[in-house]
Amino acid sequence: MTEQRVSYTLDSSLETIDNAEEKATRFASELGFGDDEVMQISMAVREGAVNAVLHGNAYAPDKKVILAFERTGSELVITIRDQGKGMDLSKIPNPLAPENLLKTSGRGIFLMRSFMDVVEIRPSSTGTELKLIKHVHGPTAGGKEASQ
Amino acid sequence: MTMKVGSRQVDGVVIVDCSGRITLGEGSVILRDTVRDLLSKGNKKIVLNLQDVNYIDSSGIGELVSAFTTTKNQGGELKLLNLTKKVNDLLQITKLYTVFDVKDDEPSAVKSFK
Repeated sequence: MTEQRVSYTLDSSLETIDNAEEKATRFASELGFGDDEVMQISMAVREGAVNAVLHGNAYAPDKKVILAFERTGSELVITIRDQGKGMDLSKIPNPLAPENLLKTSGRGIFLMRSFMDVVEIRPSSTGTELKLIKHVHGPTAGGKEASQ
Repeated sequence: MTMKVGSRQVDGVVIVDCSGRITLGEGSVILRDTVRDLLSKGNKKIVLNLQDVNYIDSSGIGELVSAFTTTKNQGGELKLLNLTKKVNDLLQITKLYTVFDVKDDEPSAVKSFK
């Protein structure tokens, strides 16, 4: 199996969120994931991009979002880094708790964890790194090399 | 595809036909403005027809919750109609399926209002 990696440096804007989702859809499709898995991956990336743009960089024009897709032997590894203050994971409530069901936010990380095999969040003073991993099952269609 | 809405009255119930994506940004704003506008005009029985909503993110889910609670707080009722499989699955895993009154056909949805 060939390995491939693409990385993008994106602005802290709403367009970046749509852009990240589209790139995830394309990359996952090219790797041969099924429609449902492609949707799950693209939604997880969208939620990660929302966190990076809104909660991490807070739309700051001088801060960037780094989005990378990497195909290893058996995994699709997606990394999203922002340049914000970092997030306190302990302050994210369980969205399934009865008292939180009617909250209008706080479901992004939960959805990512629902859709991906591994979700790692590394907060730091220089930003947050989010790693999303989906295991590759069965034969894949491969993919073209790309970089930007 | 951006979000589009159109509303119509059926036996005193407002059916809001939604299509496209309810996501952070325009889609969520359109839904929010539509529900607030209906409530401000005294419409208390609202059905969101999501038959043609093909995508929704966590912000869109939050907007549905907001529409539900805003309507309830103003003495009204908001129900969901014709969920696509994707939206249905999302409401299941977020446990919101138990919160919303979800209907599968329009006549039942209209009749279900007291």
